[in-house]
Amino acid sequence: MSSLTMRPCGDFRTSYAQDNTIFETKTIRMMAILSVLVLCAAPLFLDSYFISIFIQMSYLGIAALGLNILVGYTGQISLGHGAFFGFGAFASAWLNISMGIPVFLCIPLAGFLTMAVGMMFGMPAARIKGLYLAIATLAAQFIIEDFFARAEWFSGGSSGSMAEPINLFGFAFDTDESFYYIALFAFVVMFIWGCNLMRSRDGRAFVAVRDHYLSAEIMGVKLNKYRLLSFGISSFYAGIGGALYAHYLGYVSAEGFTIFMSIQFLAMIIIGGLGSIKGTMMGVIFMVLLPEVLSGGVGMMQETEWGNIPMVVDGLAYIKEMAIGLVIIMFLIFEPEGLAHRWKQIKNYWKFYPFAY
Amino acid sequence: MSEPILKIDKISLAFGGVKALTDVSFEVPRGSVFSIIGPNGAGKTSMLNCISGRYKPNSGSITFNNQNVTHLRPNDRADLGMGRTFQNLALFGHMSVLDNIMVGRHHLLKNNWISGPLYWASKAQKEELEHRRYVEEVIDFLEISHIRKSVAGTLSYGLRKRVELARAMALNPQLILLDEPMAGMNLEEKEDMARYILDLNEEFGITVVMIEHDMGVVMDISHQVMVLDFGKKLIAGLPDEVMANEHVKRAYLGVEDDAELEEVS
Ligand SMILES: Nc1ncnc2c1ncn2[C@@H]1O[C@H](COP(=O)(O)OP(=O)(O)OP(=O)(O)O)[C@@H](O)[C@H]1O
Ligand SMILES: [Mg+2]
Repeated sequence: MSSLTMRPCGDFRTSYAQDNTIFETKTIRMMAILSVLVLCAAPLFLDSYFISIFIQMSYLGIAALGLNILVGYTGQISLGHGAFFGFGAFASAWLNISMGIPVFLCIPLAGFLTMAVGMMFGMPAARIKGLYLAIATLAAQFIIEDFFARAEWFSGGSSGSMAEPINLFGFAFDTDESFYYIALFAFVVMFIWGCNLMRSRDGRAFVAVRDHYLSAEIMGVKLNKYRLLSFGISSFYAGIGGALYAHYLGYVSAEGFTIFMSIQFLAMIIIGGLGSIKGTMMGVIFMVLLPEVLSGGVGMMQETEWGNIPMVVDGLAYIKEMAIGLVIIMFLIFEPEGLAHRWKQIKNYWKFYPFAY
Repeated sequence: MSEPILKIDKISLAFGGVKALTDVSFEVPRGSVFSIIGPNGAGKTSMLNCISGRYKPNSGSITFNNQNVTHLRPNDRADLGMGRTFQNLALFGHMSVLDNIMVGRHHLLKNNWISGPLYWASKAQKEELEHRRYVEEVIDFLEISHIRKSVAGTLSYGLRKRVELARAMALNPQLILLDEPMAGMNLEEKEDMARYILDLNEEFGITVVMIEHDMGVVMDISHQVMVLDFGKKLIAGLPDEVMANEHVKRAYLGVEDDAELEEVS
């Protein structure tokens, strides 16, 4: 992940371990640790509105990272990520209710179950690519949605399914403030997992398959294995994210896990930056904040006399979705490499200031 | 000499009506530099593709280290110790040079999607760093340490060819297949490349099968030369023998080239 070009002068590495760190410099690592510490203290000084936004960012972020491993790093495509997210949510609730497995174990188990399902639907990826694969995964989206509607034993059918809060040593994580720590923990673990994956054998194999699959195969990479595994890992992440979502809300119903959600996940990684872990975070923050800022804006408009137009207020939901669509299109046109790329350019600019190029 | 490392037996390959290869047989002695020459479209790359597993021959067999590999997939052949470079560059364009070469270690590494991410807790970090050490040796050998962190797709043509060679060497191959390693290089780069090929053959003991158009280089560094023409083997043998052959002069070098030929030999 680190690159020589962006290191400050005089920063020489004396061992390969130092040269192969997740964070480029000590300062960046300190800042990352510091921000996690600040985030740990956040419930002390932020009200639960912001806490709930953070929680949302973490479970969506985990799922989006999974999709970025599949799309950004391995170069495949999936239009069914929302359904896998939903599958993780239902699976975790189901494991808990019908098998009596404690919730904190249900979450990783739901991840593995979703992984299995993801690999099943990812099987065509061994043979087809591009548009055809997109359609195959779209089929997965609808088949799984249909499964939610029909399999009452699993999803509770149209009435949905209850999800118990996480309970550890008699302490129930049933408030925003307490669940926040679970979400933060899961987020940090899953993102470090992703960083380490990308600097070890299988992560490199994914990128090799993306960049040049023929020469990857000549270099000893089993193409089918890695195409399938990528679907598996991406679904694993979706499953974990979904399970967290379920036990946070306490209730799962099928309505949310539509193609729109899948597209939202795609939007996050496109806006943030395909094939970038940092970009995934940026995209998620952007996509979670965008509707909040929009509703905030409309809320303020309502308070002014001239802005209280019923049409705007009623149409808020549509405006939000249209704005999201517009933003995605703008990004595709003006910033196709995502926020992560822009961030790098800004950093470069400051590093070389005042020697602008 | 001991058993040949590679035995090609009556390989034929056709694309629709185009017969790319017809009944080609030859043996590559272990530890040698074996060059394949021939005019454009003669089927040289097709031959290499059959050996490395990208193309399946219509008939014939390929024996590598006494094992029939005709029906193995390319990645299985890599596991057995076959590396190659491509005529049209085939690096992983968005990866750093270092990561490109590390992919060469893929079949030797054991960490997977669970133990890899556990990095510090599993043996993954130790393993990665051990292999990194080997990769750095290859990088030093090919004198590309100054670009190890560069993105492969941004490098010059000559450097990319060198990185491809490094990546193939990282496989720990017993046999390395080079498709026009010096095409498009200037004289100095060619000399460097010829030296690397000789060194990897002599120091690392890797057998080389090489396609090359530059006759000077071919004559200088090959132990054996085979000539392909229209998918058929014209002749194979010591460089001097091959050059002296009338058919070769006519088919490949053209009669006008006689003067130049004498200069070379
Ligand atoms: N994938 C393919 N599909 C169809 N025809 C092919 C394919 N690959 C090679 N050929 C044909 O097979 C013949 C041999 O091609 P090949 O690339 O092996 O030649 P070559 O000796 O490597 O030539 P060059 O010196 O130009 O690299 C040519 O007629 C070529 O058009
Ligand atoms: Mg060729």
